[in-house]
Amino acid sequence: MLRVFRDLFRYNREFAAGTILVLIVLSLVVASFFSPYPPQDSYVVPPDVPPCWAYPLGTNSRGQDVFWQLTVAIRNSLLFGIAVAFLSRIISLVIGLVSGYTGGLVDRVLMSINDTFVVIPLFPILTLFYFMMHDHMSWTLLALAMASLGWPYDARLIRSVALSLRNREFTAQSVFSGMSTRQILLEEHLPYVLPIVFSTTMNNINWSIGLEVTLSVIGFTNIETPTIGTMIYWANQHTAMVAGIWWWVVAPVATVIMTFIGLFLLSVSVNEFIDPRSRLARMGV
Amino acid sequence: MDVALSVRGLRAYYLTSHFGVEREVRAVDDITLSVEKKEIYGIAGESSCGKSTFIRTIAAAIRPPLRVLGGSIRYSFLDRDLYDLDERALTDMRWKHLSCILQGSMNVLNPVRRVRESFKDFASPHMGLARSEFLEAVKAHLKRLRLSPTVLSAFPHELSGGMRQRVAIALATVCRPEFIIADEPTTALDVVVQKDVLALILEMQREIGSSMIFVTHDLTVHANISNRLGIMYAGRLVEEGSTRDILRDPMHPYTRHLIASLPRIGDVTPKKGLSGAPPSLADPPSGCRFHPRCPLAMDICRQAHPELTALAPGRRVACYAISPLVQPAHDAAAAHQATKADKSAAFLQ
Amino acid sequence: MGGLLGRTRFAAIDDVSFSLEAARPEIFAIIGESGSGKTTLARMILNTLAPSKGIIRFLGEDISRFRGRREQLQFMRKVQPIFQNPFEAFNPLKRVDRYLFASAYHFAEHHGRAGREAAADEALKKVGLSLAEVKGRFPHELSGGQLQRAAIARALISSPALIVADEPVSMVDASLRMSIVNLFKTLRDELRVSIIYITHDLATAYYISDRVLIMQKGKVVETGPARHVLSNPQHPYTVLLRESILSPDDVDKPHLAGAA
Repeated sequence: MLRVFRDLFRYNREFAAGTILVLIVLSLVVASFFSPYPPQDSYVVPPDVPPCWAYPLGTNSRGQDVFWQLTVAIRNSLLFGIAVAFLSRIISLVIGLVSGYTGGLVDRVLMSINDTFVVIPLFPILTLFYFMMHDHMSWTLLALAMASLGWPYDARLIRSVALSLRNREFTAQSVFSGMSTRQILLEEHLPYVLPIVFSTTMNNINWSIGLEVTLSVIGFTNIETPTIGTMIYWANQHTAMVAGIWWWVVAPVATVIMTFIGLFLLSVSVNEFIDPRSRLARMGV
Repeated sequence: MDVALSVRGLRAYYLTSHFGVEREVRAVDDITLSVEKKEIYGIAGESSCGKSTFIRTIAAAIRPPLRVLGGSIRYSFLDRDLYDLDERALTDMRWKHLSCILQGSMNVLNPVRRVRESFKDFASPHMGLARSEFLEAVKAHLKRLRLSPTVLSAFPHELSGGMRQRVAIALATVCRPEFIIADEPTTALDVVVQKDVLALILEMQREIGSSMIFVTHDLTVHANISNRLGIMYAGRLVEEGSTRDILRDPMHPYTRHLIASLPRIGDVTPKKGLSGAPPSLADPPSGCRFHPRCPLAMDICRQAHPELTALAPGRRVACYAISPLVQPAHDAAAAHQATKADKSAAFLQ
Repeated sequence: MGGLLGRTRFAAIDDVSFSLEAARPEIFAIIGESGSGKTTLARMILNTLAPSKGIIRFLGEDISRFRGRREQLQFMRKVQPIFQNPFEAFNPLKRVDRYLFASAYHFAEHHGRAGREAAADEALKKVGLSLAEVKGRFPHELSGGQLQRAAIARALISSPALIVADEPVSMVDASLRMSIVNLFKTLRDELRVSIIYITHDLATAYYISDRVLIMQKGKVVETGPARHVLSNPQHPYTVLLRESILSPDDVDKPHLAGAA
């Protein structure tokens, strides 16, 4: 396993670049556990101090150290994105594989449901959700809501791969070796589906962080929790850009961009690596 | 002795590098042969013997990771080596002097365009006729192949496999090229259609007077089509001679085995399969590449590969056990160390 | 296949009937060209495709009536397939022994690792291979001939009564082909397995089959003892097939003679 990483790092520029970026972000996440100030507290340091040695990214108008706020913010945002991506992967995998393999009525019903979800406008629904939940709104609830809306595109992609695999002779041979449907889907077909799952996971993480930022900036989430979005929200509340406190806005934006690009580069390079065609080429077929 | 194509010492390898794993597949390793004018030279061999790679190199249809590393290819209608030509000269030559009939006719016919567009794309530039004259010429040609002119307005998928292959033959012969390369043209066809298509190929070749290299693994097809036959094994030629000589009196142990194991109607004598398997071209056996499976293997067979030696006029064999005249190839060791000079570098398609 | 205009009902197989006896294992060849319906017939016999009309009975039972996994497994224990392309029949990303072990687990009831390996080794020996040669290998590491033999070994693990082989040697190299064809004879004679051998190659069919069934466009054209039918064909289509075969003997008396 380690050798694989080493090979990828050495030979694939995208992987190397992506790994470095993601490592930077991850080190911020790790640093968040060592924050000297409780993240929710305000006025613990002098406000509006520009970046200097004592405060590497300056402080904001609420009297918080921007750097330490950022570490907690990116940690929360990333966790949120990963949770949503994970949950929606499971849904899209199950639906995509079952639909593609079984075919017939099951396929038609599942795809009708799928297409309904595709058409649902995300943003209005989430806004509605916020207004309905209001005081009971929590991150978990939001994650669940987004996960249940974020699977349909990918389910179709996975289904198309499953469809093509169904007709291949090794599937028939697996059936005649006595393997159960579950075993065939998980062990025979999954390796072919993994590249899609992997790249869509990265996309999904980016998408959910993006959506979280959007909702937070508008104030539709729990603004007490530091996340990238809520940082920007508070910066806007205190009209930071106009007041000249630019470091308060630039820090979270730059970090989230770095995260997006890092994850994207990783997904592209690992995708190429685990794609069956490239695996077969490496094995020398 | 009029030679249409002369290949000397041709070497073409696949050089790949994926994530640090480097492989060198020696698909065509030191091939020397000549095809005379108006002759059909057959190449027989099994999967992964390198015959398809060989075809690609003599058609100048190579693409990385396949690279030509050495040797020369001279056609009678060219004044220099094939790989000394530039891109424009190659395009001029294709279909007019050198054409191909390939295994899948869909490799040649564009599935989303009508058949006549393919003729216009490939043949028209070479024939230099006005549009209507060109179409008339094409229709007349199609008639000779017993195809109705309505075929021109059809899409490839509307035609049966046999008809498509006949269209491919028409395309390859309409400019009356001097040299035709055929790579398994009838392999995917039904038995009845195959006979028909083969007869057509033969007829066309005789009428136009082209020389041909006909590649197929099926020896029964060679018995009916080829004048001379070359047997390829693991990237090398192991025997060559007239088709009758090879089928009636094979010399190389591999050839002998192939011929003996052919089933025929009316014959129930037990046949045997060869033990072992064709070698991987990335890591072929040392010396003679057939030695692991050969019943006559001797020490020298493991050490150096035999030179393809002429034992009689028109008859060459590469086997120490057949005749003491056969000696180790003098560049056997040097060949591998040979320059990785990439002759095809200018050719990236 | 089928018409260009609209959806026309198209009979892939029309009125085909034949039977094999359990007590007398035989090699039954089904010969036909593309479009003859032979692959559709194979899939129906394997119960992966349901017939529109008619009944297929195995050991007296109508196979379309099987419900549930257990009954399907019972059936698959007795009837096994061999596919045309050995490199497609195995998942290129997975090791070859996996399918042997799975068959041993589900059909031969060997749940322990040692038991599964022993069953696989025994089956591989019947086809002239051994577990040592195959263990841990991926499909591309074996030759077509070895892989096809491994596929046959896998089919043998459950001790089937019938093997349905769809063009089993057409993609195998000529030098390796005959050893597999000979293997079918051994399966019939020593292991008492009946084989339905689907092919377009009359020469190998002549060589090993007991009986032969010739199909054209979904219908049965001629049937009977193999040597008899192929040496003295009666139906015009069989005659045409016979005449179209090429033979190495043609080198002395040209078969093509210009226009056909």
